Amino acid sequence: MISILIRRTISLIVTLLVVSLLIFTVMDLLPGDPAAIMLGTSASPDTLAALQHQLGLDQPLPIRYLAWLGGVLQGDLGQSYTYGVPVSGLILERLAVTLPLAVLAMVLSVAVAVPLGVQAARRHNGPFDAVAGVFSYVSIAVPAFWVGLLLIIAFSTMLGWLPAGGFPGWDAGLWPGLKALLLPAVALALPQAGVLTRVARAAVLDVMNEDFVRTARAKGLSEGTAIWRHAVPNALIPVVTMLGLQFTFLIAGAVLVENVFNLPGLGRLAFQALSQRDIAVMQDVVLFFSALVIVMNFLVDLAYLAIDPRLRAGAQ
Amino acid sequence: MRASIKRAGRRPLFLIGLVITLLLLGVALLSLVWTPFPPAKMNIIHKLKPPLSFGLLGTDHFGRDVASLLMAGAWNSLSTSFLAVALGASVGTLAGVVTAMRRGWLEVIVMRGCDIIFAVPPILSAMMLAAFIGGGRFTAIIAIGVFMVPVFARLTLSAALQVWTRDYVTAAIGVGQSKLRITWNHVLPNISSQIIVQVTIQLGLAILTEAGLSFLGLGLAPPAPSWGRMLAEAQTYLGQAPWLALLPGLAIALAVLGLNMLGDGLRDILDPRDQN
Repeated sequence: MISILIRRTISLIVTLLVVSLLIFTVMDLLPGDPAAIMLGTSASPDTLAALQHQLGLDQPLPIRYLAWLGGVLQGDLGQSYTYGVPVSGLILERLAVTLPLAVLAMVLSVAVAVPLGVQAARRHNGPFDAVAGVFSYVSIAVPAFWVGLLLIIAFSTMLGWLPAGGFPGWDAGLWPGLKALLLPAVALALPQAGVLTRVARAAVLDVMNEDFVRTARAKGLSEGTAIWRHAVPNALIPVVTMLGLQFTFLIAGAVLVENVFNLPGLGRLAFQALSQRDIAVMQDVVLFFSALVIVMNFLVDLAYLAIDPRLRAGAQ
Repeated sequence: MRASIKRAGRRPLFLIGLVITLLLLGVALLSLVWTPFPPAKMNIIHKLKPPLSFGLLGTDHFGRDVASLLMAGAWNSLSTSFLAVALGASVGTLAGVVTAMRRGWLEVIVMRGCDIIFAVPPILSAMMLAAFIGGGRFTAIIAIGVFMVPVFARLTLSAALQVWTRDYVTAAIGVGQSKLRITWNHVLPNISSQIIVQVTIQLGLAILTEAGLSFLGLGLAPPAPSWGRMLAEAQTYLGQAPWLALLPGLAIALAVLGLNMLGDGLRDILDPRDQN
């Protein structure tokens, strides 16, 4: 177990390093000089050279990468070219919106998908199963940002129940904050719920005919108890895996949904950095998102090993 | 083959998916030669007209005909997505079958490479690209296509490895066929159905991603109509003209739904485990 853990951790670190090198190099190789972008077209060559020196842009690529990486490892992500503040502060500030949004969306999608998937499996090939099937097909096909627009039309413009966008900040209290995140989270959760319902249904169907579930029924447990206490916990492994794998899409969705609802989150930060050509922020946000995806997949791997002893033997 | 066609007739999923996809393709192709109005033609006097009051589906804030915009958008969305998937599928499949042929260190590198590409969501890589070369069809195709490479590399690698363990491959090795020849004659034909299924499903995903990129202004440059940008523009008129936000989204959802159903249906039909 320990040796697997060490191997996986080394692989995690190597992957993170390669991704960081890749992001840095891509951002560097593509045309465009951050100093020129910051100063505009009217800057004199001397000012330009001075700023390039100040930003370390006159150093060769490997040196700049190592300096950047060293900074990243110490939590110093550099200065934003446009805001003039440390990028780490910006990311933390925006994370206070994106993280609750992502968690809320995940919780919502699981809360809908697991019961739906389980019931569909219990009554498989029945009308309930068909409805659940239609639900997952449709929800996978709709773009999250479009669902966001529809929710705004329904709950903000027509009913006036919830805000159409913006974020009051957590200082305004828990409820106003949650209220602002509710519609975006629903929009983000819907496509996820569709995928998870499918996975949950298939997983429960798989274990429902296993011996231990039959034993549970045979010893007189009700169908519901046999399913929820014995089948569902075992069926959760694929659901958790899918949750991890879908994380990339959750992030992609968050970038869009934050833009629909005008939420000051990380996705919006990346988008604003793009419009302002703030390469330092772009680099760090992309690295942050990618690291999040990689670590998430790593954790799913570990959870796998922890849940299923058979894999520990197989992973040698 | 005939059995497959027969099975297809009994799969409602496949048939509905096929009809939706063909319809979409038909509309997209038709838009190249005919739309009710020229899609870019503005008619400010008749702006923001609801469906049926002016043209079939009303007009947008410039008085452009929404039905014509949707039709032209279908072509733009489909062609961009198709090129992106073609890029991802060809590079990914090449990587997958070559890796299955060579194995060893190449397999480690390709699999790690897949992990790395997969860690950067296409929307972010498109943003990185767009930061330098601007948005546009090329940016969208590269960003989506690159993200699809690992999908096809992983799929074809595992499928090809299975084929390499078959008796007929061992026999081919026995009679002295080269690895390249075996890959061409045995491996590729045997994994082609899985690739076709995946292409169909990834096309749906590509349409969704392309719409997202256009929504952010990173897709096709205006004035070429795109479903994603129509939604972005509709955002300003949610209260006045909600249909402007409704229709392009419906078009996207319908296209993705059709392709997903077609893909799943194809999988049912082509799955060798299902052939008795």
